[in-house]
Amino acid sequence: MSAPSDAMVEIRSVHKSFGSLEVLRGIDLSVRPGEVTVILGPSGSGKSTLLRTINHLEKVDQGWISVDGTLVGYRRDGDKLYELREREVLRQRTKIGFVFQNFNLFPHLTVLENIIEAPVSALRRPRKEAVATAEKLLERVGLADRAAAYPGQLSGGQQQRVAIARALALEPRLLLFDEPTSALDPELVGEVLDVIKDLAHGGTTMIVVTHEIGFAREVADTVVFMDEGRIVEQGPPADLLDRPAQERTRAFLSKVL
Amino acid sequence: MPPQTVSLPPPSSRPLVKGDADAVPRIVPVRRTGRWTAAAVVLVLLALALNSVIRNDAFQWDVVLSYFGTVPVLRGLWLTLWLTAVVVVLGFVLGALLAVMRLSGNPVLQAVSWGYVWLFRSTPILVQLLFWFNIGALYPQILGVSTVSLLGPVTIAVIGLTLHEAAYAAEVVRGGILSVERGQVEAAQSLGLGPWRRFRRIVLPQAMRSIVPPAGNMLIGTLKGTSIVSIIAVQDLLYSVQLVYHRTYQVIPLLLVATLWYAAVTTLLSIGQRYVERYYARGTAGAR
Repeated sequence: MSAPSDAMVEIRSVHKSFGSLEVLRGIDLSVRPGEVTVILGPSGSGKSTLLRTINHLEKVDQGWISVDGTLVGYRRDGDKLYELREREVLRQRTKIGFVFQNFNLFPHLTVLENIIEAPVSALRRPRKEAVATAEKLLERVGLADRAAAYPGQLSGGQQQRVAIARALALEPRLLLFDEPTSALDPELVGEVLDVIKDLAHGGTTMIVVTHEIGFAREVADTVVFMDEGRIVEQGPPADLLDRPAQERTRAFLSKVL
Repeated sequence: MPPQTVSLPPPSSRPLVKGDADAVPRIVPVRRTGRWTAAAVVLVLLALALNSVIRNDAFQWDVVLSYFGTVPVLRGLWLTLWLTAVVVVLGFVLGALLAVMRLSGNPVLQAVSWGYVWLFRSTPILVQLLFWFNIGALYPQILGVSTVSLLGPVTIAVIGLTLHEAAYAAEVVRGGILSVERGQVEAAQSLGLGPWRRFRRIVLPQAMRSIVPPAGNMLIGTLKGTSIVSIIAVQDLLYSVQLVYHRTYQVIPLLLVATLWYAAVTTLLSIGQRYVERYYARGTAGAR
């Protein structure tokens, strides 16, 4: 099953149900290194669940996912997939950055402590080195002066930029964004998208679930449209957004554009 | 200001504002007669009660004073204090373990934790203590040593109170852990933090905000609750004053000695709780 060597993320016939509700009904998707993939779709289409299966926050019921040539959450032996122990899953996750809709910063830790927590405890980096990296990252997201603040003292946009810096601190091979601007006041969306665009231009592989069509058009290499647990169509933004092949995609875009 | 010449007919042709209409009028609050009366009545009743306490010789305040700092009383106080400390610490350690068991994915551990809490919460502590005190009847020997000589009254008190405390502490800790948003754990998982690190560094500090107030309640409750060990002849604060008044028959003043000590320590603990709460609120409430 070795994944094609040029794929950073390989998703093959992934199924996932919550109880009797089947939220993913056979997903196939590949993402090449350095590519930005934007997933669009109505709520309940399974796009967030798909994103969460990629770093094993949700287990798949069927199919498999590989990141950078390694199966996520499982080890293959013959025709069986053996579930990995938590320790091994955690090690895999350090290579995959995840940015949540609600930031999920640790409210009792300062901005700096939020960022160095994982490098120090999961990667066993020396604290000094982690702090130096964190300061560089904060500068990159334009928050160099807020290192000592608590998340509650920051605006939503600033919190999301800290959350991005926190994900970057592990130097992940892949970044996953789950509706990173959906919880923000409209005037704060731009500052977060700017940071993500900056990362995209820097060549980071990323998968972004979003409702920001403008962002998709500007940054995405591939746009994927999902509905009812399936990928309806995918392609370059110019094709999918302006000349969608499927009626379902057209109907969705006509509502959000 | 010229006189009012507006055509609207005010009933008495008075201006709307008396006096100099140009000056900004001063606001006079409504007179709260009822409030003042109620306060006066309560104050008078309070003064009467206080007077009766001070002027009633049967309280024997001189006796209270003379026993307040004596060695037997202080010794009893000391036992009450360390017994409380040991019971609360051990109770919460065991309670945290029970809470984690209950929230684990293992159905056997869940059931055992649930059963423990059920058992120790559904029987009176007095009965539990008497039961442990007579445990020698069930198990005359433990590892070849006679139970009675192995487990003195103080050990029995520690065991009995701790097991009872743990059942309540388990629920307090469980409630605290459940109050932490699911996203916090997911964020920690996505950053590759291991289970112990997640619990100690991310979940527990946030859970403490919901744990501290009921835990403070329990600490104060336990301080007073330890007085129950006087029935198995452990010389705590209450039993120490009882020993004195069985000899001197000065029941009321000696009970007052114990009462005042309990109240004093409880007050200190309440003040301490405020500071602990403030510590765990860092980064959140009022920090903006």
